[in-house]
Order: sequence, then C-alpha cells, then structure tokens
Amino acid sequence: METSRKLIRKQSLEKLYNQLSATRKVYAPVIADDKQVEFKYNPGFAEVTFEHIRSTLSVKNIAFPKVENLFLYSNGKTESTITDIDLNKIPEVVLWGSHPCDNAAFDALRSIFEWDIKDEFFSKRMEKLVVIGLSCHLSDAYCFCTSVGLAPNSSKGSDILLSPLHNGDYQADILTEKGASIVNSFSELFESTSGEEVVLTTVKQKFDHEKVTSKLNGAFEHPFWVENSLRCIGCGACAYVCPTCACFDIQDETRGKNGKRYRSWDSCGFSMFTLHTSGHNPRNVQSARWRQRIMHKFSYMPDRNQSLGCVGCGRCSSGCPVDMNIAEQLEALQNI
Amino acid sequence: MNNLIARAKELLENKIVQVIVGYEAGPTGVARPAFITNPAKADLLIYDERCVQNLAVYLTKPEVRNLGKMAIVATLPVMRSIMMLISEQQIFADNIIVLGVSSDGSLLDIADIKVMQAYIEKSDLGNPVKDRALLVELNKLSKEERFAYWQKELSKCIKCYACRQACPLCYCTRCTVEVNQPQWIPVQSNTHGNMEWHILRAMHLAGRCISCGECGRACPVGIPCHLLTMQLADEVHNYFKVYAGTSEKMSSVLSTFEPNDKESFII
Ligand code: SF4
Ligand code: SF4
Ligand code: SF4
Ligand code: SF4
Ligand code: SF4
Repeated sequence: METSRKLIRKQSLEKLYNQLSATRKVYAPVIADDKQVEFKYNPGFAEVTFEHIRSTLSVKNIAFPKVENLFLYSNGKTESTITDIDLNKIPEVVLWGSHPCDNAAFDALRSIFEWDIKDEFFSKRMEKLVVIGLSCHLSDAYCFCTSVGLAPNSSKGSDILLSPLHNGDYQADILTEKGASIVNSFSELFESTSGEEVVLTTVKQKFDHEKVTSKLNGAFEHPFWVENSLRCIGCGACAYVCPTCACFDIQDETRGKNGKRYRSWDSCGFSMFTLHTSGHNPRNVQSARWRQRIMHKFSYMPDRNQSLGCVGCGRCSSGCPVDMNIAEQLEALQNI
Repeated sequence: MNNLIARAKELLENKIVQVIVGYEAGPTGVARPAFITNPAKADLLIYDERCVQNLAVYLTKPEVRNLGKMAIVATLPVMRSIMMLISEQQIFADNIIVLGVSSDGSLLDIADIKVMQAYIEKSDLGNPVKDRALLVELNKLSKEERFAYWQKELSKCIKCYACRQACPLCYCTRCTVEVNQPQWIPVQSNTHGNMEWHILRAMHLAGRCISCGECGRACPVGIPCHLLTMQLADEVHNYFKVYAGTSEKMSSVLSTFEPNDKESFII
C-alpha cells in the first residue's frame, strides 16, 4: 500500500479517541496511582498519557497474553472430550499511543510465532490488532532504539504513526490498509499537512548491532559471560517485561473432571528452564542463561528468523533488580 | 569509604580472600553489586545511600562461591542474613569475612561472628521506619479492606519471581512453585494463583525474614510484597519475642516446638 501523511489537530485527536473507544476496545497508556505507566482498556481521554517514556510492562500481552488457554477438556470414565477455544471470540483491539520500539517488537514476535507453523492464537490476535503508534519526544539513558536499527519515529509495526508537532497538533502517517480504513471512517478528523515540524527526541547510538552479531559468532566460551553475569539473580523480570521475549510454558490444570491446557510466559533466566527429566541441565549456571538471553536476541534470531530479538526499549535494564544493563553489555561485546 | 577500599585491597593483595562482594556505580548512576577479584579494581567500590541491595543473596550462588573465599560488604540486614544462613547451615562462618558498614557508611571492625552478634544485638531490629508506618496504615483497615488492598496489588503480579530470587533466605534449589506433581501453586499468573504464591512465600519466611525489604525493591511492577513478610516478622516477635538473624544457633520459630509455647492462635 502507498503510505500517506495527514494532520490531525489536538481536538480532533480527542474525538478520534472517543469515537474509537465508544465502539471498540482501545488499549492506551495511563499513569497509575503508584506512578507506574500501564496500559489499560478504554481509559477516559483525560487519563491517557502522551508524556511517558516506557510503560513498566510492554504491550506484547495483546498478541501473546501472559496466560492463553489452548483448549478445555473434560475427563469421562474412559475417554476425554476436548473443546477448542473459539478464536473468533478474540475481540478487535486498537493499541493506542505505544512507542515505535514496542510496535516494531510485534514483527520480532511474528518472526517466532509465524516462523514455520503459524501459531493460530498469536496470528488471530495480530489480525484483530490495529496499532496507532506514537513517536517519542522523550527518552532516557535506558533507550537504545538507534543501536538496533530503529529510531524514535520508526514506523515498523504501526498501522498509523502519530508524531507530535511543535504547536501541539499531530502528524499522522497512514501506513497500512488497517490504518487507512480507520482514517477513512473518520475522514472528517484528518486534514492536509501544515508543514509544522515534528518534535522528536534524540537517542545516541551505543553500539553497532551487526558488529555485535558477528562478534557473538565464536564467543560462546568467552570468559565475558561469567564475569558479566555474576550479579544476575536469575529471575524472570527481564523476559517478562521484554516486548520480544516469546518463551512459554505449557501446563494442564484440572479441577475435578474438568480442566484446561494453557500456556504462560516463561524465561530462559530461570534455573529450571532447560532442566531435562534425566536431571541433566545443559544451562546449569546463571552465566549460561545470561549468554542464552543475549545470543538468542543478537545471534540466533538474526541467523534463523531474519530479525533481531531486541528493539532497544531498555525495559529489561530499567526493570532489573540488580542493574544488568543490556546496552552496556552489548557495547562491551562489540569490542571483545 | 576510603577505609573500605584500603581494606578490600589489603585482603585481596594478601590473598586472604579471592573476591570482595560490594557495590559499584553502573552507567546510569544506579548502585549495583560488584565482584572484585583484582586489587587494582578495588577503587571501583562505593558505599553510599544508593547501596541498598541485600548482598547476602550471593553467598549461596554457585558461580560466586566458585570464585573462592569472599569478603562481603555488610549492612545490618546483610549481617542478619549471614546469621540466618549460618544457623540454617547454608554457609560456614569461617569462609566469609564481614566488611561491616554502619548506617553512616563507616567501616566497622567485625573480627568474627561473636563481634557481629554483639553488633546485631545492640541494633534496632524492628522493621525499617518507613515500612513500619505503611504497616500501621494497613493494619488500620478492616479485614475486608485489607483483603481488597492485597487483591488489587497481587493482581499485578506477573510471577517473575524476582522477589524470591532477590531474597537471601529464598535459597531453595527447587521452590515449591516449581513442584508440579502434585502442583501446589498454579503456574499461571492470575489473582487467585498470585495470592497463593504470596501466602506461601510469606509463610516460608515467617520467623526467617530479616526485614531488609529486598523482595519489594526487586519487584518490577512495584508490589510492596515485603510488607507481608515484615508483618509476619512483627507477629513472630509478638508471640515469641525473637528476631530472626540474631544468633548463629537460632532454631526456626515455626519448626520448633517448646512445651511452654503460647498456643493462643490455635483455634
Ligand atoms: S538480568 Fe536482571 S532481570 Fe534478568 S534474570 Fe538477571 S537479575 Fe533478573
Ligand atoms: S531485550 Fe531489553 S531492551 Fe531489548 S527489547 Fe527486550 S526489554 Fe527491550
Ligand atoms: S531471550 Fe530467553 S526468554 Fe527471551 S525469547 Fe529468547 S530464549 Fe526466550
Ligand atoms: S524483607 Fe523480603 S527479601 Fe528481605 S528477608 Fe524478608 S522476605 Fe527476604
Ligand atoms: S517480583 Fe513482583 S511481579 Fe515478580 S513474582 Fe514477585 S511480586 Fe510478583
């Protein structure tokens, strides 16, 4: 599709939000009582923030919820009956005001969930998702989008990308059919561009990701991993807040005769993640798990999925209880 | 702090220890754990109000232990954690040198465990002042309101287990939540399952929690889960008049029976 650019005034933006919110689920960022930035369904427009840097959790749960039921079962005397989940019940969702890194992360997730066999849950959720992204006019020391081939105004993953203008209005880039269909339904709210300049933050490039990827090839046994992961306590925080981490666990939960099989987020940082039934664990120490985290994102994924596994959002680092700073480590890795 | 650096250098140069576990400043200015093995790098060590993490969690980590004998920068909560770990036979007192620091940052002379015990005994062992105030507020609520408060807080939990991993006393190599035959606690994160997880965690730490607050600090979504274990530390003190981590021979309150125990809470 040919992309196009329009202008949407501040008042019209509010109208657009309210009209979308009246007819569908809109997932938008708000600042909660405890000052954490979280996405909520259909908050009032006044509550929606345009001033956040990063939400505590990413928005990946729209396509890859922390818990997804895969099927239900009921155990009879001799046989069980299985009921599939009706994927058509998955609602249409408009993701509002998510930043370019988070939107690009949907592509990274797609490279995993639609790698060879399509994951029907993920694909259905993506099909029902419309992304109205928001370029960044704020950033902090944890941001490093520019080191992983992105920028504060990358359009990757967005259907419409809003960018703030100096006078408080917004530029709207219409990037996909889904985006165009929203703009067409509310065409009275969009105008021709005014030539006003976009306000963008600058994010300093910290490393060259291609250099990192080439250094990682052959760095498996490097002492770097032990030296730089001693303080990692092996929790799941980094993977759970990360917009591109896709690992999950599958469990059955039965109450009486009935039960369900579900999947829920998992992390390669946990000590039991690769524990075999034999008792052998190929990643039996934390350094091996930390190495996996970096290798997966910067070596295995580029190699096998033609996508980096990191969008530079910085959440894993700002959320890590012991300041494992991934950008700092990648910067060091390009020079080992 | 200069004393700390000088002492660290001396310990490494004379090969009395192989590693110093302390704090350094990260690239964003946040203080974080550091593992210094080379005396020339001892200058990286810092100690100031940013240094809040409970370093005792590293005493039981295999790859840190592999480095050899260690000296550890220890505030009061770290010292109390060390006491607990000795009393629970997780570490040997002889294998660690305690670089005690007082709340104003000066280096203490902790020659051995007896000296450490004396220092702990003369310190304020109640919960930290700001947490005490939060608990007072919570305890003013009715049972129903308090339940609603925790339901709301715990519904945010994503079961990343950072609270568990950050706690020096959650050292089990296989946590109950990882046992799935039978599965005691649901793996999925939902309000009900999250509450079960937190009740379990609190009960496993009752009488063992040394009130460092690390679990709450570690939580990426800001759940004050340390208040649960701190409340139990208060309860244990009310019933049994003991504080955790005060002696190397302490037996765990909840796994010890004494004929003269008060049993007023047993219905
Ligand atoms: S890097 Fe940080 S957040 Fe990730 S497992 Fe290690 S301690 Fe947890
Ligand atoms: S690895 Fe860290 S910086 Fe990269 S996408 Fe995940 S959370 Fe963001
Ligand atoms: S980095 Fe680890 S948790 Fe994240 S997707 Fe890769 S293997 Fe899974
Ligand atoms: S406050 Fe939390 S981290 Fe500290 S000892 Fe108690 S339970 Fe463990
Ligand atoms: S650290 Fe927070 S989110 Fe993670 S398991 Fe503990 S309470 Fe839940």
